[in-house]
Amino acid sequence: MPRLTADHEACQGYGNCITGAPDVYDIDDDGVVVLLTQEIPEGDRARVEEAARSCPVDALRVED
Amino acid sequence: MSTVVVVGSSVAGVRTVQALRSEGFTGRVVLVGAEPELPYDKPPLSKQFLAGAWDTDRIRLLTAERAAELDVELRLGSAAERLDVAGRQVHLADGSVLGFDAVVLATGAAARPSPWPVESGVHVVRSLTDARALRAGLDHEGPVVVVGGGFIGAEVAATASALGRAVTVVDPLPSPIGRVVGAELGEHFTGLHHRHGVVTRFGTGVESVTGVAGDLAVALTDGTTLPAATVVVGIGATPNDGWLATSGLLVENGVTCDEHCRAVDAPDVLVVGDLARWYHPGHGEHLRVEHWTNAVDSAVVAAHNIAHPDDLRTHAPVEYVWSDQYDWRIQIVGRPARAARHELVGSLTGDAARAAAVYTDDEGRLLGAVTVNWPKALVLCRRLLGAGATAADALAQLAALPAARVAA
Repeated sequence: MPRLTADHEACQGYGNCITGAPDVYDIDDDGVVVLLTQEIPEGDRARVEEAARSCPVDALRVED
Repeated sequence: MSTVVVVGSSVAGVRTVQALRSEGFTGRVVLVGAEPELPYDKPPLSKQFLAGAWDTDRIRLLTAERAAELDVELRLGSAAERLDVAGRQVHLADGSVLGFDAVVLATGAAARPSPWPVESGVHVVRSLTDARALRAGLDHEGPVVVVGGGFIGAEVAATASALGRAVTVVDPLPSPIGRVVGAELGEHFTGLHHRHGVVTRFGTGVESVTGVAGDLAVALTDGTTLPAATVVVGIGATPNDGWLATSGLLVENGVTCDEHCRAVDAPDVLVVGDLARWYHPGHGEHLRVEHWTNAVDSAVVAAHNIAHPDDLRTHAPVEYVWSDQYDWRIQIVGRPARAARHELVGSLTGDAARAAAVYTDDEGRLLGAVTVNWPKALVLCRRLLGAGATAADALAQLAALPAARVAA
């Protein structure tokens, strides 16, 4: 299953990922991304890849 | 085999080719760019790149290796000059012709040029070339005058100030960012400049700029003159739609599109990013939006609609833009400029500003929010806007956030 990673140092709290995939990404009180799951089903890959690519600082990855 | 040609290699074009592959499109994909540079991201050009903190590798949107992995043909360094809609061809400046089954137009917008022609020392900030030239200009130790107090102007002022330059920002409006956030918050944005030692001359226009790099004079409409080593002009952008004049497409301040990002009367021509003036079904009007997030979101919609023509997706986003100025991360969602009034949670004064302004109309609907140094509040308001919540809902939920109690 595709695996999710987040670079918590790079994250700036722009929040685009949450709009694209609120079931996968959230934000904590300090404005840093929280992964709600580590892996996603293959069928969610396109949507989550697109949410990851909406990060302005390229902090998110969907890996095989 | 089906071919999609994407014209424009900035973020809207790059995200389109990436999304085409994510959406399962297996045909030929060609990405055309006017600049010979590999695609790069523009928001850092007025901030981290201009400050020298990030290099070109850090702002690349696509490498040659990644393009090869995606099986995307790069045609960089040759601008598209003409679109033949009926013949399904894009004609490039180098004389080559690309046939297509669908084409995505993503040529963006260009900085409005300086109206004051001088030999050197006056800059705009839109391309990597612009940013490199301005970065070199900021090596002059003399004062910097920024013409235009909007987001780009304010970001450049913050960066130049952090580099140790004496900076003055000039704008004919009394509160330039007040256009977006209202006069009251606009005052706080002006105060942000002052708190960092940047002088503002708002409500004053520029009469002329004369001289050369290192020795310029900016004459203002109030009769005073500002000396400058470097002048930066940030007075807006215009869509790069001139090359479409003979295409037969409806071009009026951008290319007119339907809610699916398809050009009117030309469903195999899709338009994304700053170039698109599309019908937003949620707002019931055509809009052209020059925001990074809109470029990315429209790219995904266009790619999906090419790959899945039987399952058309609508582009109806809640507007979102950010700006980083000095020690403020500013995030704006929705349409604050259309609101009747706002209510502020938190504080915008001092060195630990953290606040959210919630904008509403006379019926109490939530129209937008502006947050400073409070991403959690931004995410909350953005979600509520998408759900059609009331301003009272937003205020109640903001009050319940832990950070609201700290800020209060």
